[in-house]
Amino acid sequence: MNAFEQTVAGEQISGPPSQTDYLLDRSFRGLATVCAWLILIVVGLILWKIGAKAVPAISEYQLGFLTGTTWDVNKQVYGILPEIWGTLYSSILALIIGGFFGITMAIFLTQDFLPPRIALVFRTIIELLAAIPSVVYGLWGIYVVIPFVRPIADWLNAEFGWIPFFSTTLSGPGMLPAALVLSIMILPTIAAVSQDALRMVPYRIKEAAYGLGANRWEVILKVMLSTASTGIFGSLVLGFGRALGETMALAMLIGNSNQLSLSLFSPGNTLAALLALNFPEAGQHEIPVLMYAALVLLLITFVVNMAGTAIMTMTSKQLKAGR
Amino acid sequence: MNMNFSAASNVNASKNAHSNVVIDCNLDKVFYGDFLAVRDSHVPIQKGQITGFIGPSGCGKSTVLRCLNRMNDLIEGFRFEGNVHFNNQDVYHKTVDPVVVRRYIGMVFQQPNPFAMSIFDNVAFGLRLNRFKGDIAECVENALKKAALWGEVKDKLKASGLSLSGGQQQRLCIARAIATEPAVVLMDEPCSALDPISTRRIEELMIELKEKYTIALVTHNMQQAKRVADKTAFLSVEISEGGRTGYLVELGETSQIFDDPKEELTQQYIRGEFS
Repeated sequence: MNAFEQTVAGEQISGPPSQTDYLLDRSFRGLATVCAWLILIVVGLILWKIGAKAVPAISEYQLGFLTGTTWDVNKQVYGILPEIWGTLYSSILALIIGGFFGITMAIFLTQDFLPPRIALVFRTIIELLAAIPSVVYGLWGIYVVIPFVRPIADWLNAEFGWIPFFSTTLSGPGMLPAALVLSIMILPTIAAVSQDALRMVPYRIKEAAYGLGANRWEVILKVMLSTASTGIFGSLVLGFGRALGETMALAMLIGNSNQLSLSLFSPGNTLAALLALNFPEAGQHEIPVLMYAALVLLLITFVVNMAGTAIMTMTSKQLKAGR
Repeated sequence: MNMNFSAASNVNASKNAHSNVVIDCNLDKVFYGDFLAVRDSHVPIQKGQITGFIGPSGCGKSTVLRCLNRMNDLIEGFRFEGNVHFNNQDVYHKTVDPVVVRRYIGMVFQQPNPFAMSIFDNVAFGLRLNRFKGDIAECVENALKKAALWGEVKDKLKASGLSLSGGQQQRLCIARAIATEPAVVLMDEPCSALDPISTRRIEELMIELKEKYTIALVTHNMQQAKRVADKTAFLSVEISEGGRTGYLVELGETSQIFDDPKEELTQQYIRGEFS
């Protein structure tokens, strides 16, 4: 007990925290610090391991690996341009479709279109979508989505085949069914985070818009969305990140063929699907190559997330500080 | 949209000349759900004047104000008995769209609430809603000048409205409200979140604005009503079944309310015996 604590000790109910209090406080802080560092260490280890295993392939194929379009194990010619293209293309398509529906649902569920109780039911159903295993989505895609889109795809190809997006026929698996299923998979993320963003908009902002004589849609489109834009953008970044890394459903639906095509109906491949399908039978020589591909996938998701975060901090700073 | 109501501000101006009442507020009972929030409050708002509403917390000053431009429609369970007339037209008539009411009767809120957009876009918001065909930049400049904010922001109109200080934000909200030249501006404790200097500026502003606009001002600060209001309405609160109900105690010229209040309750309030 120090001099300060001794001045009124014993006369008051108030007193200094006990040794146990201090110990708890310190150990909790220590635990939190360790956990924070652990995340960094695990990420570092993953990068280190993959990087080390990829070194032989990186030195052998260098940057040509990124622009090559054939994958032939027998001739030991490897290139992942079609996979990079397929990863980005399927994710962007999914982002467009999933983003549109996700944001629309977020508006529908937060802007008093439904009685609160029914809105809660809808919200729970959307969140349940996130709990469905990837492989189930894949099966659903094969047995439901592909048969459903095939006649539409055939018609589009027959009537509008001159448009690059419709330039091939759908032979079964392909970009469109993959992107459709992928969009449903990222929908819960986008809808949930956008809902949070919209709910965070203070009521007084909404009131201000109504007070100026805006009708409901003007309030939503001109004020609510722009005020929540940073959070909504964040939801899109998260959704895109999830789409880039999604593996199983895509491996089942995209066709796994090394094609580089704008057509929505052409089969393609993604980095994650390539890794999942080739690892089990990979020989000594193929493993470093696959590690190299994994590193590229990691890099793409990393860049997308960093760029997204950077844009978000920039816009939120602009909103707050101006200029 | 109701044409009668839209045209009211022009056509009925002459009809009303003798009384000069822009908004005739006759609230008999205002309910939120089962809760009686306000009773028996009849306050005519005179054209070109500032009508102040004072009274203790929970006396329903804001509720009364929000009945005038149908902001209470946004609150579930709101209903009322009585009527509100704007230039002799029933504001709550079933053919009147509340959106239209709010375009003629603007509002400034307790908390500054600029949108997360540039200063210019904030002020232009109402003009764009009304599909204003004239020179938006000129109107924005005029509104900002009237709100005594132009000098401070003219070099950074593209900056976000949220980058301004609290007092500036509130003047921005006033500029936004008056840019579309509504007939009446309702001010709901506009200075409660502000420092004394900003408060002073906004009070000066209200006095300038009443040349052109009719103002209804809710204030928790008696002295503010004394400084700026032409007429003052004193509301009080009584404990009633299921909660507290506000009602109008006395309405009169501001000087009369403060120097020679008729009601015992008003005298006590003015003397500061309760608040």
